[in-house]
Amino acid sequence: MKETSPLNLYKFLPQTNCGDCGEQTCMAFAAGLINRERTVEECKPLFDEKKQKKYAKKLAKLRDVIAPEVALVYIGTGDKQVKVGGEDVMYRHQMTFFNKPPFAYDVTDSMNEADLVERVKLIDTWKKFYIGNWEEIEMVAVRSVTGDADKFAKCVKKVVENTDKPLILCSFDPKVLKAGLEVCAEKRPLIYAATKENWKEVAQLAYDYKVPVTLRAPFDLDGLVSMVLTFKEMGINDLVLDPGTAPNGEKLQETLQNFIKLRRAAVEESQKDFSYPVMALPINAWMTTDDPVRGAYWESVISAAFVCRGADIMVRHSIEPHSVMPDMHMRFNIYTDPRTPVQVKPGLNKVGKPNEDSPIFLTTNFALTYYTVESDLGSNDIDCYLLAVNTDGIGVQASVAGGQLTPSKIKDAFAEAEVDFAKTSHKSFILPGMAAKFSGELDDLYKYEVKALVGPEDSGRIPGWMEKQWPPKK
Amino acid sequence: MGEKLSISDLNKKLAEMDVKSLEGITIEGDIELEIDAGAGGVGPLFAYYFGEEVAKVAVQMVNMAKAFGYPVDNLLQPVAVAQAVSPAPDELAKAAAAIPAFKIPDTLKSAKFQVGTDKTWKTQIQEVQLGATKSEGGSRGHVIKIGGEKAMPFFYDAAMPNRPVVTIDVFDMPIGMAKAVKMHYDDVMSDPADWAKKAVKEFGADLVTTHLISTDPLIKDTSAKEAVKVVEDVLQAVDVPIVIGGSGNPEKDVEVLSKACEVAQGERALIASASLNLDWEAIGKACVATDNVCLAWTQLEINAQKELDRKLMKVAGVPRESIVMDPTTAALAYGMDFAYSNMERIRLGGLKGDQELNFPMSSGTTNAWGVREAWMVRSPNKNDSDWGDRMLRGPIWEILTGFSLAMAGVDIFMMMNPIAVTYLQEITQSLMGLIKAETPDTANWITTEV
Repeated sequence: MKETSPLNLYKFLPQTNCGDCGEQTCMAFAAGLINRERTVEECKPLFDEKKQKKYAKKLAKLRDVIAPEVALVYIGTGDKQVKVGGEDVMYRHQMTFFNKPPFAYDVTDSMNEADLVERVKLIDTWKKFYIGNWEEIEMVAVRSVTGDADKFAKCVKKVVENTDKPLILCSFDPKVLKAGLEVCAEKRPLIYAATKENWKEVAQLAYDYKVPVTLRAPFDLDGLVSMVLTFKEMGINDLVLDPGTAPNGEKLQETLQNFIKLRRAAVEESQKDFSYPVMALPINAWMTTDDPVRGAYWESVISAAFVCRGADIMVRHSIEPHSVMPDMHMRFNIYTDPRTPVQVKPGLNKVGKPNEDSPIFLTTNFALTYYTVESDLGSNDIDCYLLAVNTDGIGVQASVAGGQLTPSKIKDAFAEAEVDFAKTSHKSFILPGMAAKFSGELDDLYKYEVKALVGPEDSGRIPGWMEKQWPPKK
Repeated sequence: MGEKLSISDLNKKLAEMDVKSLEGITIEGDIELEIDAGAGGVGPLFAYYFGEEVAKVAVQMVNMAKAFGYPVDNLLQPVAVAQAVSPAPDELAKAAAAIPAFKIPDTLKSAKFQVGTDKTWKTQIQEVQLGATKSEGGSRGHVIKIGGEKAMPFFYDAAMPNRPVVTIDVFDMPIGMAKAVKMHYDDVMSDPADWAKKAVKEFGADLVTTHLISTDPLIKDTSAKEAVKVVEDVLQAVDVPIVIGGSGNPEKDVEVLSKACEVAQGERALIASASLNLDWEAIGKACVATDNVCLAWTQLEINAQKELDRKLMKVAGVPRESIVMDPTTAALAYGMDFAYSNMERIRLGGLKGDQELNFPMSSGTTNAWGVREAWMVRSPNKNDSDWGDRMLRGPIWEILTGFSLAMAGVDIFMMMNPIAVTYLQEITQSLMGLIKAETPDTANWITTEV
């Protein structure tokens, strides 16, 4: 969406201020649409069957105006469905990047059944806790290595039996793709890919089975646009583009430049005719080496390049933790909404089922710090209280240095949370190790009636600390 | 009777009423057909299945009518049916023409992809020379130039004139570090000169940074005069351009870095750093007096960066070609998003003509090792998937921290792990087209066994 003024969206709304959407006024709703915090479907009157005559035109216009610059494509069904594309900006600070590129990890029809099931389950269950959320792998890409339609169909069947994550069906042979679609079309997989050679047959498949389709024209942007325009004319609009991913050398430079060109044409030049989500293939890193460490590392760096600059979906291979973890965090960081403060509400929270004997920890209200400490406590079954002190969302180390966390602020925060230390059996709380230097001053502030214990510098070490230090010696 | 009736409902209702004749009974309400033909309009497949459904309904209707004794068979005479239900051929033809049929064209449409460059990028980033040769008043074997960009990193708008460079950290005393880093420096940690040599000769460092951390009053409180001897040793040991860092103590650093400038007279060493929390004027002036380059360090705040750069130029008199910025590196998974966007905004500001921001940028990439995911053996969260081998995990943390910020505009990286250094150099130079390699045929990636 290029529109930045709520006024220009307001004219397409009912202008009745009915309040059904939760906003006081239609103008406020228009502002929400501009920020992409609200969706058009939330304006119920626009969709009221009885008011179709009145609003149909407005709705169509509104949809046109607020459509994202990079088209949004849905792959899969149900709660594991992924949104691909839908981006509006070149640089994340200009608003935010919206839909993090799903990682599709590959499996092949040449794998034996046991290996296949094991890998699918690994993909399906992989998770990592980060800032209050579980990061997961979103998709599975099934590659037809054998070229055999029956083997492919069997493989796809095995995959869908073991995961409900959306699939990418990968083959250049329409017969193979058809065999896969026969198994799982109702799950709305993405098919890969239509090329200059097979596009007629693949278009027929996309039409017959109503699934999104990838158009591939490696290192040929003219050819890519020509395919897009042709498919759109056929009425096939759920498209993903593969402009080619070269894993090394000068071609890698060209690859990144193509991604930049496509994103710029979409969001800076509004060339909506062909602005669809773009696919990167970091998996191609494995064509440059037989060394598994080198392969995983190079796949990681290539992924990072495309996460920053314009990939909307990726096919990857290395599922080793040393490669998945950093790439997940990298993607998370780039797709974090810079408009949302990364803070939690200050105050006292319970972890597990604490009582008067339970320890009381404190940390800052920087979301990353808070959730890390909370998860370290919770996952180690430590029943306790955790105080989030308002440091304007600054972490422990920086807020100790910058004066946002001070002994008197800690005392005030406990008072505000109405913590009565007299009712605890231990009459103490635990300072983060990074704030150790406050312990003396806190003892003075509390007139030695409450003890400020010094915890470890990293909350991951709290379980070990508890073994040695808890309960405190009288 | 506004409710919708299905055929089976109708059957049931009629059966319940035990009617023998339809006299006096009318079927009320609209017969509603909802057609969801999807993206492609009504196509041949849809028409086929729809036709089949309608035919089934018709058969049921006919049977029902028969059950009520209506002379259905008369209707089923071909002519009668045609008269009863078919629209006139004219209308049929018109209606068919109005429905877009799915049709695959014979050939692909011809098209041309076109995209412009960013016309707002009018200002070149200042080029800064690090190091000086003998003829230039220093003692380095060669010089390194950073900055000079006319576009965002690796964009096609304009080629990058200088490649990003890496300076490896050397400390003036042994320090604690992650296992995956320490293993590479165990043998040289007691001798900064050997450490610097190893960094350059074995690990391919473009520069080395000597951190005089022992000067911190809380560590060893080494005097400035004593500490800078290490700088002399390093200058002797290697002939690459150097960076000199203090301990981070705001009072002591002014004295230590001023002294360091003196021993590095004329070397165009990068002095790390001037900040708004200390006497930036003294450090800036020391750099000017000794022909060294001043690193301007701020903490994730673009306006503070502008203020410091302005003061260094206007008050301390540091020339434009002697300023590099360090806008702070928050590591991957530990606020990297702030560092990334801060740097991206700074670089875009510089390219658009902000004269207080168009300087090269430096990143303390080593900060990556402060993130628990980089060094911890296993996850403290029992529900996490396995974290794998930390010896493999850590270096990637440093690579991705640095490389992400390279995408945002960083020109010089302060790093430690030699594997990370190699990868960072390889990927940035690949994206500049500097590394010639035979690109494999990616056409058949689908069928490649890996």
